[in-house]
Amino acid sequence: MASTRIEVSGLGYAVGGVEILKSVDAAMPGGEITAVVGPSGAGKSTLMRAINRLIEPSSGEIYLDGEPTSALDPLELRRRVGMVFQIPALFGDSVEEAVLYGARLTGKDADPVRLLEIVGLDASLAGRDPQALSVGQQQRVTMARALALEPEALLLDEPTSALDEAARRRIEELVRDLNARLGLTMVFVSHDLAQVERVADQVLVLADGRNVGAWAKDDFYSGAGERARQFIAGRL
Amino acid sequence: MADLQTLGSALLTLGLVAVAVVLSLYERLDLEKDIGIAVVRSFLQLAAIGYVINYIFGLKNIGAVVLLLAGMVLFAAWTSARRASDVPQAFLVAAVAVGVAAVSTLGLLLMLRIVPATARYLIPLGGMVIGNSMNAASLTMTRIRDDVAEQRPKVEAALALGATSRQAVAPILRTALQRALIPLIDATKTTGIIFLPGAMVGMIIAGADPLEAVRLQIVVLYMLLGSVSIAAILVGTLSYRSFFTQRHQLRATQNNS
Repeated sequence: MASTRIEVSGLGYAVGGVEILKSVDAAMPGGEITAVVGPSGAGKSTLMRAINRLIEPSSGEIYLDGEPTSALDPLELRRRVGMVFQIPALFGDSVEEAVLYGARLTGKDADPVRLLEIVGLDASLAGRDPQALSVGQQQRVTMARALALEPEALLLDEPTSALDEAARRRIEELVRDLNARLGLTMVFVSHDLAQVERVADQVLVLADGRNVGAWAKDDFYSGAGERARQFIAGRL
Repeated sequence: MADLQTLGSALLTLGLVAVAVVLSLYERLDLEKDIGIAVVRSFLQLAAIGYVINYIFGLKNIGAVVLLLAGMVLFAAWTSARRASDVPQAFLVAAVAVGVAAVSTLGLLLMLRIVPATARYLIPLGGMVIGNSMNAASLTMTRIRDDVAEQRPKVEAALALGATSRQAVAPILRTALQRALIPLIDATKTTGIIFLPGAMVGMIIAGADPLEAVRLQIVVLYMLLGSVSIAAILVGTLSYRSFFTQRHQLRATQNNS
């Protein structure tokens, strides 16, 4: 899997006359975990959905390693940039079917046992009804399902918001582990600064549809980004 | 026979409606206004169509029959589209679906010479085809609309994995079509055992040979099964597209930030 750099340039999105993203410029370095943080309504999810082309930006461009994505077939783009949502939605009668859903759409070969192992689930779960799993396990299945497509990057839109503290920590560890093992570019949306500190390499701060700034994690927590962190901490 | 056809005795059956109204008031069902509207509308509409059919029978002109059926299709599409508000282009979708269902099934009956090309057959059979197709169209469209709204996260999860709009909406389409078709399929399965269908009842009361009535009823059942399936499937295939963009994106609603 490649470690693709994602860049966003002048990205705008408006719906029903409301501007949700206002000319956002941002870069998410290849092979690193970029946390996108900001108050609710800042446009974090909208940014993820625009990168995955689930919505059509009103203006601007998104690049994968310098390649403009507006010209790409959205279906191909979505297979290259995986996405994990807040609430897991699984398809099929077994965990194996759920993991292979995306791969089967394209006739791609994928090994469900290996994928389950990668996300820390026991292979014996493969035959189980996915609805019978805990939400934390279901979220792991959605990650395995995204990885089955061998994406260049993975967008995680508040993947732990539906989980309890223990499950949240395990997903955080899994994200760090996947990043280390696969060198996968990851974008992690969160509104929890403590979580961002545990997970991220880079921090991108959004507020009111604008990019407030981007910092390496250490700078954000103790250096040049300190003031932005304090400003945003009061609004989360 | 003769006195049944007088207006006075038809009005006497309103006594039964009065029972329904009293029940509605007593149980606070809030249905009495709707019942009232239904009684007045059905009376006026049936009286009007009675005169229209009588007039068209007199014309002995197949063009007039086609024109009347086309009018019925448009009215059915309008009714269905009102029911399925928020479905983009619902009128067009319903008009195509009901129209194709009517033309194909009536066309087949005529081609195979199962019924003669006369107003006496085409108008009542057309009415049944159009009415039932309209119900299926409304049911399918409203179901798809509600399920797409309710299952947005699921649909988007599928799209995010590279599914096409059609693949992402497939489970919703399947449920909607099942819901629209199962009542008629079940009614067809149990017909003759649990209930005797309207056309047959009418013919037997009017004095026809029961076997002749059965023959016509079988034609009617198959015709309805065919036309309703055609209408529901067409509505499904045509209407789901309107919830998506060309680029396989669910169309925006006001509250997804």
